Amino acid sequence: MSVVTDRKLSVKDYASDQEVRWCPGCGDYAILKTIQKLLPELGVKKENQVFISGIGCSSRLPYYMDTFGFHTIHGRAPAVATGVRLANPDLDVWVITGDGDGLSIGGNHMIHALRRNVNMQIILFNNEIYGLTKGQASPTSKVGTISPSTPDGSVDMPISPCGLALGAGARFVGRSIDTEMKQLSAVISRGYLHDGSSFIEIYQNCPVYNDGNFDYLKDKKLAADAQVVVEHGKPLLFGKARDKGLRLNRDNFRLEVLNLGDDGVSEEDILIHDETNKGLGLLLCEMTAPDFPVAVGVIYCNPGSAYVQDVYKQRIDIRSNKSKGDINKLLQSGNTWTVK
Amino acid sequence: MTVLGDVGSRNTDTPVQGVVIRFAGDSGDGMQLTGTNFTQATALYGHDLATFPDFPAEIRAPAGATFGVSAYQIYFGSDDVTTAGDELDVLVVMNPAALVTNLQDLVEGGLIIADSGAFTAKNLTKAGYEANPLEDESLDGYRVIDIDVTKQVLEAVKPFGLSKKNSIRCKNMWTLGLIMWLFDRDRTETINGLNRKFAAKPAMAEANIAAINAGHAYGETAELPAGVEVYKIPKADLPAGVYRNVNGTEALAWGLLAGGQLADLDILFASYPITPATALLHALSNHKEFDVMTFQAEDEIAAVCAAIGASFAGTLGVTSSSGPGISLKGEAISLCSAVELPLVVVNTQRGGPSTGLPTKTEQSDLNQALFGRHADASMPVIAAATPADCFDIAIEAVRLATKYMTPVIVLSDGYLANASEPWNLPDFHQYEPFPVNYHADAEGFTPAKRDPLTLARVWAKPGTAGLEHRIGGIERDSETGDICYEPANHQKMTDIRKAKIDGIAGDIPAQQVILGNPGGKLALVGWGSTFGPIHGAVRRASEQGRDVSHIHVRYMWPLPANLGELLASYERVLIPEMNTGQFVNLVRSQYLIDAKGLNKVSGRPFKISEIEQAIESELERCP
Repeated sequence: MSVVTDRKLSVKDYASDQEVRWCPGCGDYAILKTIQKLLPELGVKKENQVFISGIGCSSRLPYYMDTFGFHTIHGRAPAVATGVRLANPDLDVWVITGDGDGLSIGGNHMIHALRRNVNMQIILFNNEIYGLTKGQASPTSKVGTISPSTPDGSVDMPISPCGLALGAGARFVGRSIDTEMKQLSAVISRGYLHDGSSFIEIYQNCPVYNDGNFDYLKDKKLAADAQVVVEHGKPLLFGKARDKGLRLNRDNFRLEVLNLGDDGVSEEDILIHDETNKGLGLLLCEMTAPDFPVAVGVIYCNPGSAYVQDVYKQRIDIRSNKSKGDINKLLQSGNTWTVK
Repeated sequence: MTVLGDVGSRNTDTPVQGVVIRFAGDSGDGMQLTGTNFTQATALYGHDLATFPDFPAEIRAPAGATFGVSAYQIYFGSDDVTTAGDELDVLVVMNPAALVTNLQDLVEGGLIIADSGAFTAKNLTKAGYEANPLEDESLDGYRVIDIDVTKQVLEAVKPFGLSKKNSIRCKNMWTLGLIMWLFDRDRTETINGLNRKFAAKPAMAEANIAAINAGHAYGETAELPAGVEVYKIPKADLPAGVYRNVNGTEALAWGLLAGGQLADLDILFASYPITPATALLHALSNHKEFDVMTFQAEDEIAAVCAAIGASFAGTLGVTSSSGPGISLKGEAISLCSAVELPLVVVNTQRGGPSTGLPTKTEQSDLNQALFGRHADASMPVIAAATPADCFDIAIEAVRLATKYMTPVIVLSDGYLANASEPWNLPDFHQYEPFPVNYHADAEGFTPAKRDPLTLARVWAKPGTAGLEHRIGGIERDSETGDICYEPANHQKMTDIRKAKIDGIAGDIPAQQVILGNPGGKLALVGWGSTFGPIHGAVRRASEQGRDVSHIHVRYMWPLPANLGELLASYERVLIPEMNTGQFVNLVRSQYLIDAKGLNKVSGRPFKISEIEQAIESELERCP
């Protein structure tokens, strides 16, 4: 994390002079704006912000940020970002990726960045489709997705991004929605403050190839019933009147939806969100419509040993016992002999 | 190679100048350790030497199997040694499999030292022997010393209370003791080394030391065949200086550290395990007192990408692999060429394609280094000649990468990585520093700015206020660095990138002739680890009055500016390579000269005699 700057920056300070080239109505615009607005609020040093991306629509984001940015190759952003962070631990590193980039071609790097707990924010734009290559099914597309490459419907099971992240050992997993600026900003902000890898999945609308995919979560009339906003230490209540809640069925170890008032159900029956509980995190991130509300917010946050600090600690420990590297001494170490 | 008169069959009146010994046994017999200890003692004795460790890909193949034989060859003597030797004077075998797989390389009348205790019916069958060769007449053409080493060792280490398994493991040290006696070597350094290695297990240290002493004493007291006695070979006439033994891996690791200091840069070395390149990761991981950080990535692609990320952040990224791994890195190396960041890529080549011969040597990744990426992504390629040369090549790679903001490919190979030679240590203070200047001025800054002379792009590192900028794989405007799809701009940027690399030809030394005349009948042109056998062969041919020169190329791309003209001054050009003709094709296409290839891909280095024969046949073709 960077130190507060002396000058108050604004959203404009974080907008580059490049014309934004996403399709009209793309959810990426809202995410970009949220990040540009959040950074001044976080009070970070602009010159220490580095945005690294792979390939895809989402991965164009760094071009639009007036920070340091590197648009790399398909799927490899977490690996490039690991190198950046190791090289300079003072930098704040942001990885911008998508469902194809981060979970298909780059799945391996995602897993390993998370299990190492490399200090960076990984923001995954999930629109459940390949946009830049014109609409093929992605690893998060629902079964039956009709696309140019799956004209009779996709048959492969989608991956659960947050479930994968938890399985890989991520110590921060959050989820939000592109147009929910306030809630999205809060999740990203928490992710930034977390020491280690923060994995944030954002449901993002692709107006061209998968339009309306998340409308059930965004529709003003449906949203309150379709999503549960999780908050640490608070009951897992949802619904317009906050009259529904989640309970852990201790017989089958599954979550179930209850209506307050039914059969004497009261708020005391409702599960309290504990963001440090990985088991609960797994149950929450696997909830899907229509049987369950979709969980958004900080699903899991349980800080642990972070990679970059640990690497530098080893270096510092060893250096406290050894004198600084000297090439001539190194060459002459071990067995040498003199020819006169 | 000279002949060991008494040990070999060729009795001559001239004093013995050099000896080739090969230690061979099961991959679990400790032959590599035996060889390296003998090498150390030999260097301290004052001989010039070259070694050739040759081991199987299997870590512990089933005992007694022919495919599990591990060997270590050393040539030492008073000559200027350039290879590990064509033929063996002494063959030490720890079992029948080692004998059957190595006997063909022993000179007629050469000395065999065999552990007869391992010539059991089971082991003989595994090696394909119907009868015990130590007991029939099949080895009559050689001198044989057969000793039941197992029995001798069990006796020698009895006082230390080791298990039978651990006792038998001391066999290699017993054998080493005997060979040290035979060649008048001092055991002190080996004994010190054993004490260090087994500091936590004093019984093991004492047992191994007892074994080496017992082997030595056996030589002194036992009745060996007539003529087998201590051989004293004159010391080599080496230039004055402080020496050490070094293999290519160590020299390359130290060269990278040295290059980092000369450039005043930190290094991030990111790599993924692959034979025979992994040892470089091991070597650098042990040097945290230097400004190097190592990162064992999840795969080859992550390794190169992390290195590129480090370079973006202002540290020098270095990655390392062997051919198959370099294939995986290809896309990222082209990205690095596009965004013009420094990167060093080390390829320790092995036999291929695919898994091929992972522990054997080859030079078949030259085409990959020169052309093995998508699009026009030219970059410098340099190749080390000898184990010690890896030090200077690594420094040069760092210089070129940082001065020209480009990936640089360093070619080593399995032979260079593992083989060792005495190295007259340079004084690091004599090396010219080449400190990196990061761009710092925000006034009028764009990431597309470049040095008008070198055409190198500016290096503006994150963390520098006012220099916030974006780079990426999409073509960049030549003025602003922003995304640009304009046709004329892509032409211009492609031309600039090419001109930048081509221009490096003016910043590298002119090609020298290292032996022979500039111009004449025949030039032998080599690159990489073929240096030793080519040099040895050209020297012998020259001594016999042949008009032949040795040219050794270290800069594979761009080629030295005078190379074409130099090669045109010979009637014939012969290029020996451990591939099917990759450099010869480059030379032919670049200079339109009728160069010929001499090609070998057996996983083993050239023998001097093979190249000598080729020199003779080429000269016969000269008008």
